[in-house]
Amino acid sequence: MTVTEPSNEELARPAEAPSPARRRRAYRQDRNGPFFWVAIVTLSLIFVIPLVWMILTSFRTVEDSRRIPMTLIPDELTLRAYQLMFADEQNPVFLWALNSLLAATGHVLLVLITASMAAYALARLEFRGKNALFGIIVITLFVPGFIFLMPNYLIMDQLGWLDTLIALIVPGAAGAFGVFFLRQFFLAIPKELEESARIDGANTWQIFTRIMLPNSKPALVTLALIAFLANWNDFIWPIFVLFSPERLTLPAGLSTLQAAYNIDYPVVMAGATFAAVPVLILFMFVQRYVIEGVATSGLKG
Amino acid sequence: MTSSTFSAAQSIGAAVEATPPRKGGRLRLNHPATPYLMLAPYVVLLCAFVLGPAVFGIWVSLHDWDFLLPNKPFIGLQNYADLIDPNSITFEPFWKGMRATAIFVVASVPFLVLIPLGIALLLNRTFPARSFFRAMIFAPFVLGIAVIGVLFRYLLDSQFGLINYLLGLVGIPAIGWTQTQPWAWVGLVGMTVWWTLGFNTVIYLAGLQGIPRDHYEAASLDGAGAWGKFAYVTVPGLRNVLVFIVTTTVLASANMFGQSYLITNGGPGDSTKTAIMVMTQEGLRSFKMGSATAMSYILAVFLIIISAINFMALREREAKK
Repeated sequence: MTVTEPSNEELARPAEAPSPARRRRAYRQDRNGPFFWVAIVTLSLIFVIPLVWMILTSFRTVEDSRRIPMTLIPDELTLRAYQLMFADEQNPVFLWALNSLLAATGHVLLVLITASMAAYALARLEFRGKNALFGIIVITLFVPGFIFLMPNYLIMDQLGWLDTLIALIVPGAAGAFGVFFLRQFFLAIPKELEESARIDGANTWQIFTRIMLPNSKPALVTLALIAFLANWNDFIWPIFVLFSPERLTLPAGLSTLQAAYNIDYPVVMAGATFAAVPVLILFMFVQRYVIEGVATSGLKG
Repeated sequence: MTSSTFSAAQSIGAAVEATPPRKGGRLRLNHPATPYLMLAPYVVLLCAFVLGPAVFGIWVSLHDWDFLLPNKPFIGLQNYADLIDPNSITFEPFWKGMRATAIFVVASVPFLVLIPLGIALLLNRTFPARSFFRAMIFAPFVLGIAVIGVLFRYLLDSQFGLINYLLGLVGIPAIGWTQTQPWAWVGLVGMTVWWTLGFNTVIYLAGLQGIPRDHYEAASLDGAGAWGKFAYVTVPGLRNVLVFIVTTTVLASANMFGQSYLITNGGPGDSTKTAIMVMTQEGLRSFKMGSATAMSYILAVFLIIISAINFMALREREAKK
């Protein structure tokens, strides 16, 4: 059901690359036989069913969720799981969602500001120690993240940041990905743009804010989305640095919700659905940016 | 936030205007301090939360660093020595964890390298709704391990889970996905493949699109069939992508934590308790930071060696060709 809708949309859009249309059409006729479509449909089912099952279970009664034989369509749609979850003061899911949103937004702003300035200096400005600094930044890309868990925990303790959202916003912004990603993008922007601004009397900062940043919107949006999702989904760090039930983020909270409700699966699935649906909706609108950002950064790596 | 960046802008701007162009040599386009001012915020973060902790962690690992005790005596390399001494209390859990991580890497990487390649070849054709399918298989990855972990603990429930029910329909008796081996590994590897294969697929797809079409045409003219084109055009064209995918997939699998934490809780026994689970339990639950950081550096050294071997092995073949 969900499969056919966007496919019509795709059909409505004329061919992606109309240039060698005839060859493409022949190619399509040659290759996409029934076997291809069986494979595509099977693959779609494998990817769609678990998520549909999660959402359906969240609307089931407990008895229905344990009945054999199982049925795809619930006997009776009930909001019991959601009512229980929303009323549970030990597991404040709305607060968790708010915490996740605040942490991810703060993190994205910090990454965009610090990484774009550093990337511009590394891409365009001349200064002593530039190659050494870039070398260090690239090396940190290859250092496995878990070695920072324990020392950063101790640093959070010293700074008094344990059990606060700052612990989720700040340390992660030291990651080198954003700087590396934006530097690559800035290097590809033609220098003529900046030179003409320079002739008009713009200084470096004006060139950065008025020429480079506006011309880098796709890269900035892509980085913002990747940083947002990475922070939103982070699991190992928040489960250790956050303790109070009202301070948790959604991923950390889901694990306590699972522990509290164990095999009352409708409630656990209501939590998972509550956490998943906003992200899936966001992803629907921005998937092109996310996927192409991942693909290009992968290819350059 | 806005006002502070704005004032920074003004001061940098003022600094730039004050510099006269240098005589004779190259025109100096910015004040000498400008690059450093622009780098400063990021470099402060880098020093405080990456470079500093990397060194501080080594320092911690040289101490009997119990977070809860006031005294943290210096013990030299004792934490490392304990990890290679079969009689110490940290030896067994650590190497069991390393073994679990190794099993997971060996079991998951082949699937995560090959299945996405197959799917990428499938999606590299022209067909309606192509980018929709690409987004669909990428979607689980976007959800993160917490959602996927609790979802699969349900799907893999031996009594109430959908997977055992569907297997039952074709006559396969119920499997204890979280209680028995090797099924615990099968379940964890399977759900990880489902969760992350979209990531590798998308990178393969970008790689496939980078192979010039005329290479395929030339191969056709030379009489290559579908298999010939795959072996002599596609695979060589993907070599660098393959190096990247194998390396990042090994690292990602070696970082396995959430799946075991949420689905099997390290069980049955300690069999799926990975190295990262062991070291976080030691450091962040029992607060024995000294031994935990020592564990993290040993695992990191292993991973760096394995990445280097991967890299060289896959490059080597290219050189021979």
